[in-house]
Amino acid sequence: MTFEESASSDRRLEAAVGGILRFGVIAAAAVVALGGAVYLVRHGAQAAALGRFRGEPEDFRTLPGIVRSASALSGRGIIQLGLLLLIATPVARVAFAAVGFALERDRLYAAVALVVLSFLLYGLAGA
Amino acid sequence: MPILEFTILVLSGSLAAGFLGSLTGLGGGVVIVPLLTLGLHVDIRYAIGASLVSVIATSSGAAAAYVREGYTNIRIGMFLEIATTLGAIAGAMLAARAPTGAIAMLFGAALLFSAWMNLRPRVESLEPAQSDRIAAWLRLKGSCPSAGPEGPRQGYGVQRVPAGFALMGLAGVLSGLLGIGSGAMKVLAMDQVMRLPFKVSTTTSNFMIGVTAAASAGVYLSRGYVDPGLTMPVMLGILAGSMLGAKVLVRARVRVLRWVFSAIIVALAVEMIAGALGGRL
Repeated sequence: MTFEESASSDRRLEAAVGGILRFGVIAAAAVVALGGAVYLVRHGAQAAALGRFRGEPEDFRTLPGIVRSASALSGRGIIQLGLLLLIATPVARVAFAAVGFALERDRLYAAVALVVLSFLLYGLAGA
Repeated sequence: MPILEFTILVLSGSLAAGFLGSLTGLGGGVVIVPLLTLGLHVDIRYAIGASLVSVIATSSGAAAAYVREGYTNIRIGMFLEIATTLGAIAGAMLAARAPTGAIAMLFGAALLFSAWMNLRPRVESLEPAQSDRIAAWLRLKGSCPSAGPEGPRQGYGVQRVPAGFALMGLAGVLSGLLGIGSGAMKVLAMDQVMRLPFKVSTTTSNFMIGVTAAASAGVYLSRGYVDPGLTMPVMLGILAGSMLGAKVLVRARVRVLRWVFSAIIVALAVEMIAGALGGRL
């Protein structure tokens, strides 16, 4: 593949990736806003208490916990689900790039993308 | 303070931070942690968790727009993300062990650094660099529009890849430790060390920030640093503010604004360091 060909297919890949990013962010913001509305209606009158660090309960920090509390329509559970969606967006972007490079038969960069992806999944698993 | 009032305060602060951050190119994340800790007495760990997640939103939102203009170099970004994601995970693990005073102190230093980076005169080299051997093997060279997004594309090479890679690892550690995008250090690595054109450095840095932050966000989430009630207004406010800022950017005169925002950042940095030394943070 010549440099010019590779540059133009890179740009097509980038445009597709840009679409994923925008969609992911908008979807995540919508879910977070929905959860925020539920949370404020239910808890808006309580006192805010974030001055001392206690750490979040399991319902809001593990995947099964978040899925459980979101499907029970907990406002905070829905917010966390939206945030998970947000965190997943760049991960999807890297996975997509790995596939794109593989389709272009660019082994070096397919491998690079897979290394980044494995670090991301390791981080997502809580390291 | 009732949660409703607290949420409205945080939302308006984040909106302003996101707006000014995107107008001046400093990013909104850097001011949100001082605002929350100094202004609203939120524990710094919750503040960093909320900021880190919001960084993903602004980076991904802005990157989508830049990518279309054709400045972003996806190979350089992907290659350097090996360093930033690894650094970010290390930084997030370090954050769990480091005392909050030390984190606040380092945060103050990072604020000063980003203000200095933003104000220093920019010397754009006229000659595009030639790729050195490692850069050639990695096929890092690219091309970008030379005169406006519609202009003819000009090729550029890449130099000093190992040094740039190492600096990117450090940028990742800071991002994971402080919950910021550390765009200033990423731009330094690409623009000054690897000799990339400035616009390629800033847009590729922005592209990488979201992936870097995502690497440590999982660690923060599972450690219970991401409070939904706090992160909701921070993320929505910064996202809306930065989208608004990007719209206004085309016709705004940012020179004065950049000085004002940098002055605010320096003041916040001094407050953070003083708070850390006084044992309040």
